[in-house]
Amino acid sequence: MTKEYKTIIEISGPLMFIEKTEPVGYGELVHINLPDGTTKRGQVLDTSADVVAVQVFEGTGGLNEESGVVFSGETIKLAVSKDMLGRILSGSGEPLDGGPRIIPEDRLDVNGSSMNPYSRMPPEDFIQTGISTIDGTNTLVRGQKLPIFSGSGLPHNEIALQIARQAKVPGSEEPFAVVFAAMGITNEEAQYFMQDFEKTGALERAVVFLNLADDPAVERIITPRMALTAAEYLAYEHDMHVLVILTDITNYCEALRQMGAAREEVPGRRGYPGYMYTDLASLYERAGVIKGRKGSVTQFSILTMPGDDITHPIPDLSGYITEGQIVVSRELHMKGIYPPINVLPSLSRLMNSGIGEGKTRDDHKAVSDQMYAGYAEGRDLRGLVAIVGKEALSDRDQRILEFADLFESRFVRQGRDEDRSIEETLTIGWEILSELPEALLTRIDNKYIDKYHPAHKSN
Amino acid sequence: MKGEIYRVAGPVVTIMGIKPKMYDVVHIGHEGLMGEVIRIQRDKATVQVYEDTSGIKPGEPVVNTGKSLSVELGPGLLESIYDGIQRPLKVLQEKMGDFIDRGVTANGLDREKVWEFKPVVLIGDFVKGGAVIGTVQETMNIEHKIMVPPTVSGTVEEIKSGKFKVDETVCVLTDGTEISMMQKWPVRMPRPVEKKFIPNRPLITGQRILDGLFPVAKGGTAAIPGPFGSGKTVTQQQLAKWSDTDIVVYIGCGERGNEMADVLNEFPELQDPQTGRPLMERTVLIANTSNMPVAAREASVYTGITIAEYYRDMGYDVSLMADSSSRWAEAMREISSRLEEMPGEEGYPAYLSARLSEFYERAGLVKSLAGEEGSITVIGAVSPPGGDFSEPVTQNTLRIVKVFWALDAKLAQRRHFPSIDWLTSYSLYTKGLSGWFAENVAPDWVPLRDHAMELLQQESELQEIVQLVGSDALPEDQQLILEICRMLREYFLQQNAFHPVDTYCPFDKQYKLLKAISKYSDMAQASLEAGIPMKDILSIESKDELAKVKFEEDFEGALNVVMEKMDKEFAALGGN
Ligand SMILES: Nc1ncnc2c1ncn2[C@@H]1O[C@H](COP(=O)(O)OP(=O)(O)OP(=O)(O)O)[C@@H](O)[C@H]1O
Ligand SMILES: [Mg+2]
Repeated sequence: MTKEYKTIIEISGPLMFIEKTEPVGYGELVHINLPDGTTKRGQVLDTSADVVAVQVFEGTGGLNEESGVVFSGETIKLAVSKDMLGRILSGSGEPLDGGPRIIPEDRLDVNGSSMNPYSRMPPEDFIQTGISTIDGTNTLVRGQKLPIFSGSGLPHNEIALQIARQAKVPGSEEPFAVVFAAMGITNEEAQYFMQDFEKTGALERAVVFLNLADDPAVERIITPRMALTAAEYLAYEHDMHVLVILTDITNYCEALRQMGAAREEVPGRRGYPGYMYTDLASLYERAGVIKGRKGSVTQFSILTMPGDDITHPIPDLSGYITEGQIVVSRELHMKGIYPPINVLPSLSRLMNSGIGEGKTRDDHKAVSDQMYAGYAEGRDLRGLVAIVGKEALSDRDQRILEFADLFESRFVRQGRDEDRSIEETLTIGWEILSELPEALLTRIDNKYIDKYHPAHKSN
Repeated sequence: MKGEIYRVAGPVVTIMGIKPKMYDVVHIGHEGLMGEVIRIQRDKATVQVYEDTSGIKPGEPVVNTGKSLSVELGPGLLESIYDGIQRPLKVLQEKMGDFIDRGVTANGLDREKVWEFKPVVLIGDFVKGGAVIGTVQETMNIEHKIMVPPTVSGTVEEIKSGKFKVDETVCVLTDGTEISMMQKWPVRMPRPVEKKFIPNRPLITGQRILDGLFPVAKGGTAAIPGPFGSGKTVTQQQLAKWSDTDIVVYIGCGERGNEMADVLNEFPELQDPQTGRPLMERTVLIANTSNMPVAAREASVYTGITIAEYYRDMGYDVSLMADSSSRWAEAMREISSRLEEMPGEEGYPAYLSARLSEFYERAGLVKSLAGEEGSITVIGAVSPPGGDFSEPVTQNTLRIVKVFWALDAKLAQRRHFPSIDWLTSYSLYTKGLSGWFAENVAPDWVPLRDHAMELLQQESELQEIVQLVGSDALPEDQQLILEICRMLREYFLQQNAFHPVDTYCPFDKQYKLLKAISKYSDMAQASLEAGIPMKDILSIESKDELAKVKFEEDFEGALNVVMEKMDKEFAALGGN
């Protein structure tokens, strides 16, 4: 299968078409030898007895009819090994750190296979991130996919790094690793991550894949697949708990859109391909825990919402697949609150299985629900106050208004290095809730009020 | 007859050299991947393939089975979890491990398992299509009726009794037709029935806002549209858990793997409130998650409804949940665009609306060929892009279904669950079921409920005024309405699916809760008219205590305590 074809009949955008080939497999990896001696790689998108369509990862620049095409006879694979830890690789898996090639323990198809739902173990191990708005109200569990929905210029990178630094399962010493995949982010942003990883020693247990803003967009389509393949390998073959950070999903989707346009497909909403849901699912669903295996893959990806619009197809389709989202708010950021996480549109769907007695604390759910209700109402009242003035509010409403302020200043706001335990988070919760009249605590069972409410607890 | 692959483009493969019929199942390539013929054009045919096609090459062989996509029906369906084309996920795991590989076939029904067959017909009996010839105790509570396939009839020449495997003959007709406990049925064809009726009994779900305000009838259709994270799956799962139905078919269509794992984990542990048996014993799960092949996702809905029809034919009440019908529609869109068909609205194929109505039309209350009354209630989740209900899937669905449970992101954000918007949701069954409610719940249930609805409507109007002037500027009787509505929302409508007690609310409890709120309302009204200051009426302690009685194990006891206190408190105010 090492025959070289010089039968390119058309090159257009990131695609090229080749004729008169032996039968070529769908999805096969393709090597392209340019006249100037450089090589590129691509993947078969459409194959028939007459013509084969290939998408070229490094872009078609420099390609002409003289270029030679070799079909590899196999789909795209990543060489994996435990020695990947500590390495920095390109968006298509080549070493960038000057180190040697990875000596493979195995070579795995980057598309992976779908996990049998019957083999899945429902995720339920609480991960403490040390951030109250996550641990207290949007709890992350091992094996969950919980992205950050942010906007340009907001401190999502800081938040992601703080989580990568602080995340732990209380009382567990099991091995864990970080797989970081940059897709189209700037060199500066990438440096920011790398420096933090180096400073904290995290790099030793990280595998980094870098596809930067000036790298070819097409490559972005395989970068996250490479990263997830490495993550699955470390999790399921080496029993590690792997935290995968993919950033930025938005750049990935832009690359998808570009490819779709090049293929002259009928576009879906706002020009994104109609299959974007399925495509994104093929990434996000590669998180989880498998019955009988020790490791896990947790995804904490970053997505910047174009125009801060949560209904934009990228966050919208993501939200339909992931198990919740952490929403970073420009409004809180402007107010100088870090981390500017707005809990109202945020959600962790797996929270209920990760919290409660024996995991975090028995009152956790009730405290969280009550804070949500109070904060939501308080924020509505802010709108009303702007119109009718504070005096027009009933006493009850004024107390709720104050609660919303306290919630932001005491519960949401914390330091960039402040690592709160879940106990601390819940204690702050009770402190601010106790500023409300007890009759308003309708979401909390009386037994928890007796047990934890500062006014009852002490006597 | 053998053909070969001409072209491969993702899940769509063009074949040549054979002349299949539309919807024939074919096996593609050396690995024999399963696919279905969806277009025929001159000497070529297009196949949607139910498995990943990576590495498949033109020129590889193709074999036509000549049969259309079918499911196996017989004992052993219950407690199973299947993919979209009825391959048991448990068997796939045994054969390929934790990740789904391809080219593996697996029978829908276990061929080795032995069942005790008890005949109910005698030699010489004439049996027509759909007639029951015997029974098998499938689970503790479900007696599986073995029926003559709908297309077969004749006189019984031989009938057996005892232990058999599903494919062994248990009955022979005089024309030589052999009948086993298993039959196959093409999924895209509805199973025939004797007659359809207008649904006339409610599906009791134990969910207050559903049973109370927007009930669905057994044999009816309902849609739950809502943006992501608004509660479609939780509501569907609540229905699967607590509805007073005999059989549940739950289709995870293009959604999350973990959600299916959750159901698998939870259902064997939870008890059916009607029978006390594990919920799993009445459940069939179909899981074709978002990362499993789209063509099989497209098929999953048909696989599910065919299984539902089969149990309906035995005379059971079946509920079918499809989460999410939008993912099914998207699978159609994906395939259609690969076929380069002329796209309709938002790229969906022009036949979207027809497919949706054909699907929901398979719901209904029927008299089956066996003469039994059975029903299928279909509840479809809809996932509109951006939460915008004007999109084609939501709109086409609303044209068909009789119940609309509209989920609202704002309610979900403030953790008002179930976040069903009481102002825009509706049920076209409410009227027809009133008689049933009056007879089986309480004579005053309907007026009580209607009054609550009216108040909630009024509240939304009052809220507009409050937004402009603040609530203190309202006259006192209107302030009272606002308070009653807050109670209705928080005490009655809100229901926590994750609270061990509140998750399921029997009808009697729903009635008493609503009645209690109404009692406060009446006494408060009377006190107000007697000149008692609003402030005092609002500071009645028992009113706030009423908030939590729904969480109490001993609901009756707790409610009585609160209501006695309420009487005393109002008496102390004077006026009542
Ligand atoms: N009745 C309820 N009681 C308590 N919590 C609920 C209820 N309904 C929904 N929730 C909360 O809302 C979250 C999201 O609900 P759910 O997963 O059903 O959303 P969805 O509409 O199916 O979203 P998607 O379209 O993304 O699948 C749940 O994880 C849970 O926290
Ligand atoms: Mg859902």
